[in-house]
Amino acid sequence: MNMIYFLIGCSILLALIFLAAFFWASKTGQHDDTYTPSVRILFDDDIIEEKMPDKTDEDHI
Amino acid sequence: MLQQKTLKTKTYCYHCGDDLPQNLYFYDDKQFCCLGCKGVYQILSDHNLDSYYAYNDIPGQSQKVQSKHFEYLDEPEIAAKLVDYKDEKITTITLYIPAIHCSSCLWLLENLHKINSGVAQSRIDFLKKQVAITFKNEQTSLRSVVETLVSVGYEPLISSQDVVKKQQADFSERSLVAKIAVAGFCFGNVMLLSFPEYFGLSDLEQQFKSFFGWLNLAFAIPVVFYCGKDYFSSAYQNLKKGVLNLDFPLALGIAVMFIRSLVEIISNSGAGFVDTLCGLVFFLLIGKWMQQHTYHHLSFERDYRSYFPVAVTLINDGKEKPVPLNELSIGNRMLIRSNEIIPADAILLKGEAEIDFSFVTGESLPVKKTLGEVVYAGGRQLLGAIELEVVKPVSQSYLTRLWNNEAFFADKNRIKTFSDTASKYFSIFLLLIAIGSAAFWMLYDGNITKAIAAFTAVLIIACPCALALSTPFTLAAVLSIFDKNKFYLKSTAVVEELARIDTFVFDKTGTITNPEAAGFKFEGNITEEEKQLLSDLARNSGHPLSRELVKLLNISKVHPVDEYVEKIGRGISGRINGNEVKLGSSAFIGLPLINSPMNSSVHVMINNQYLGYFTFQQQWREGFKDLTFKLSKQADLHLLSGDQDHDKQILIPFFPRAQQMQFAQTPQNKLDYIRNLQNSGKKVLMFGDGLNDAGALRQSNLGVAVTDNINNFSPDCDAILDGAAFHKIPQFIQQAKDAVKVIHISFVISLIYNTLGLYFAVQGLLSPLIAAILMPISTVTIILFTSIAARLYARKNKLL
Repeated sequence: MNMIYFLIGCSILLALIFLAAFFWASKTGQHDDTYTPSVRILFDDDIIEEKMPDKTDEDHI
Repeated sequence: MLQQKTLKTKTYCYHCGDDLPQNLYFYDDKQFCCLGCKGVYQILSDHNLDSYYAYNDIPGQSQKVQSKHFEYLDEPEIAAKLVDYKDEKITTITLYIPAIHCSSCLWLLENLHKINSGVAQSRIDFLKKQVAITFKNEQTSLRSVVETLVSVGYEPLISSQDVVKKQQADFSERSLVAKIAVAGFCFGNVMLLSFPEYFGLSDLEQQFKSFFGWLNLAFAIPVVFYCGKDYFSSAYQNLKKGVLNLDFPLALGIAVMFIRSLVEIISNSGAGFVDTLCGLVFFLLIGKWMQQHTYHHLSFERDYRSYFPVAVTLINDGKEKPVPLNELSIGNRMLIRSNEIIPADAILLKGEAEIDFSFVTGESLPVKKTLGEVVYAGGRQLLGAIELEVVKPVSQSYLTRLWNNEAFFADKNRIKTFSDTASKYFSIFLLLIAIGSAAFWMLYDGNITKAIAAFTAVLIIACPCALALSTPFTLAAVLSIFDKNKFYLKSTAVVEELARIDTFVFDKTGTITNPEAAGFKFEGNITEEEKQLLSDLARNSGHPLSRELVKLLNISKVHPVDEYVEKIGRGISGRINGNEVKLGSSAFIGLPLINSPMNSSVHVMINNQYLGYFTFQQQWREGFKDLTFKLSKQADLHLLSGDQDHDKQILIPFFPRAQQMQFAQTPQNKLDYIRNLQNSGKKVLMFGDGLNDAGALRQSNLGVAVTDNINNFSPDCDAILDGAAFHKIPQFIQQAKDAVKVIHISFVISLIYNTLGLYFAVQGLLSPLIAAILMPISTVTIILFTSIAARLYARKNKLL
């Protein structure tokens, strides 16, 4: 039965990890705008014939 | 069929969807209504951004009104106030763009870097209509970024008052969400750990009992001291002011529950009420979130600063220099271009001024000003550039003086809600029962333990959780129903205030009249050809009525005018294409007695033959007649207009008591009129739209701004009503009254649950299990009842 102490510890630890993940998401503003991403994901990628754009231009800051 | 379809697509502009004029513009086989629309299309197709038109049909906005100057953005001190962040390399700015409305807008603005390579990143917040742009200082400037936006038809609204919503609000909501997360986390775990207790532990498992108890206690600590701390501080603040609000019994309940659980668990005498405690705080916080959460991102706290420009161009020794508005001082010579707003009272020095004061005075026709005349702040110049000398600083101008009124300094009286009133009596009653039952057990059998048990049990079970939730849940439901019907409230408390209103005050221009539909109506018969003659003649005159007429006829110029004569204030005449055309007052036309209903009639005579007259007719908003009829049955109606009284006769059917119609009111008059009504004990709702109503809206119990585009400027108010929903006002009021009814009923329901709990509590029989069952059940009942009842009433009121 002493296993229960360990199991409860595990379950609370797991729950705490999720709580921390939620805090992190909230702090980085992931819940601030819940609408725009749903539209953004529907856009097609551009088909660029000439050349690939500079990587730095896309992955800025 | 096919032919029909092609015909149909040909009738509107490819970019903005407006009807095409006679002489349209072509590019790439596409038709455009104006050069602006064509220009936007050209820029987009040059940058391979044609997909803009693929995601939506006609995603653009009309580009007919344009020509903006952004030189002031090059001034470092002005720019510094606008940007969010700046270092040597990059600058970040958040701009509010009212034109954002569809996925094409989103796509285009996030691909801004393809047009202006200096833009490093642009991200849109669609609901707030904001775009956050990061650009490289080396490659571009703030001004050129803004001009890029304008060139593709997305002009940002830049004003000295923050139109970009403060981030602060976000933080308070974020911290509330964090509290809910913690409370929910603890609630879930505590429930899990409490289950063994509910089902009973066998002897073998007794060793776990204290372990679970201590764990529960550990979970209760963040719930009480982090999630619930607002209730303690609020109760304390209110007690200091001598007010018993609902937070007092809540804080008391939380404290008592925690202390009793602490004692029981430490002394190993019971399981405590930690599960009920966590559930209570969790549900309360959700209720709080419902109350604060708004479904829209409208700004209700705007003043003249968000209407006025950020900067004004000064002329110094023949050189133009933009300066921030607050540096404008008496004696400065400023340059106002077409379509710009005059920010301070000033004397006209140079140029032709025709100024639209409709937003300030409510006067619907533009006013002509002569050199040397004083032009009041707030007007919009319609003709070319003019030069003026400032005679009063911005804050002391005719219009802006209004904001120096005390009404704007005092915080608007907090709306007294039903739950405030009820909680006062509730708290006193609760304390009496708690003390009474404790005293009973003390005296009856001197059992102090039982007395304390009963005392704490009463405070725990009667903790008005359901009561605290009934108001937010009902009102939040009503708020979302109103939102769907284009009536946007600042907060939930406004609903309760709406139910109490007994006096309605209307502004005239823009509020009860429809600004779009206002215009000329012709009485008589006229052919297309004759219309052409009139249009050609009226085109020569600068008189507001002539200009309106040209706009109405909307025909391009064909014939030149010979022998043109304009008699100021009377009429115009000329020979066009061999026809003698006269346009003007009946005296000018030379006709005897024409029974024209109003002064602003324009009579038409061609070749000495009288054809009829144009009348300038205000169009009331749809359903206005019906609305006044319905409202006047239960409330008093008043009209306050900044306009002259030429519409008085037409308005008499709507406002039967003539003394309740006031014309030629200054903004200050309006404010005072509302105050007088309030002093005679009325609850006043003011409908207004312009800056001239700002004082009255502020002073009234409930200020409602009526607007045809909710993203346009609207003055400080409690609610914004879309013009399209104007006829629904009686339904909104009925719904607000029904909502109050729902709150009352749910109050009774929660009282029944409380009484049921008290039955156990006063006997000292309250077990944690009963509390843990009763609290969630009552909460869920209230949430379901309020949400369903509010929606049923909405259906009855035809709002859903």
